[in-house]
Amino acid sequence: MKFSLLINEGPYNHQAADSAYQFARAALAKGHEVKRIFFYHDGVHNATRLTEPPQDDRHIVNRWSKLAADHGVDLVVCVAAGLRRGLVEDNLAPGFRISGLGQLVEAGIESDRLVVFGD
Amino acid sequence: MTDVAEAAVLEREAQSVVKKFMFVNRKAPHGTIYALEGLEVVLISAAFDQDVSLAFLDDGVYQLVKGQQTKGLEVKNFSPTYRALEGYDIEKLYVERESLEARGLREDQLIVPVQVVSAREMARLMEEQDVLIGF
Repeated sequence: MKFSLLINEGPYNHQAADSAYQFARAALAKGHEVKRIFFYHDGVHNATRLTEPPQDDRHIVNRWSKLAADHGVDLVVCVAAGLRRGLVEDNLAPGFRISGLGQLVEAGIESDRLVVFGD
Repeated sequence: MTDVAEAAVLEREAQSVVKKFMFVNRKAPHGTIYALEGLEVVLISAAFDQDVSLAFLDDGVYQLVKGQQTKGLEVKNFSPTYRALEGYDIEKLYVERESLEARGLREDQLIVPVQVVSAREMARLMEEQDVLIGF
């Protein structure tokens, strides 16, 4: 099955990014495809390379970058939500790209399931 | 095939598919950004010629209340945007009756024409959808 995910919450502040990551890993492990992960609202903060969590904590941003590198998952940050929160090309972590909301709607059309993670 | 040509093909393929999209609004219009940014997605979805509807439940019903004054909050009053949805051919707005009643609201206090439906009917409508996006 072809999945896409929508993440609506910031990392560390909320479980959504962790749940989405675990969902993506589990889906890939079962042989499903994860086409795109779209970051919206405070979810855009998942994409900043400036993130430096304490040594003994998980690195949420690097985890996403690795997922993109290993499995070709398309990580898309909403341009308008990103600009509003200071997330621009310059501070984007590897594997992420900035694009418009059309990418979210397109993911909904082209995937078998769009799974939303947020409040 | 160039990237641009490929993108154009993808876009055409995507646009030939019509799915039922429902945007589920559960939060008050102010206090968090969900309603405002959620509405942005609704407007973009109109460009993809999909079968779009909106559901309002829980505190989301407050998004449609007439006469909002946001000056004191120093935030944008985006409630007139709901009236513009018709111009984008987005005319299916469902409001959950139980949510309205629990908040002492009536249909005539809403800024746009809506269909008031029971929680049970709302569940049935959700069941019919291909894509449900909640904000």
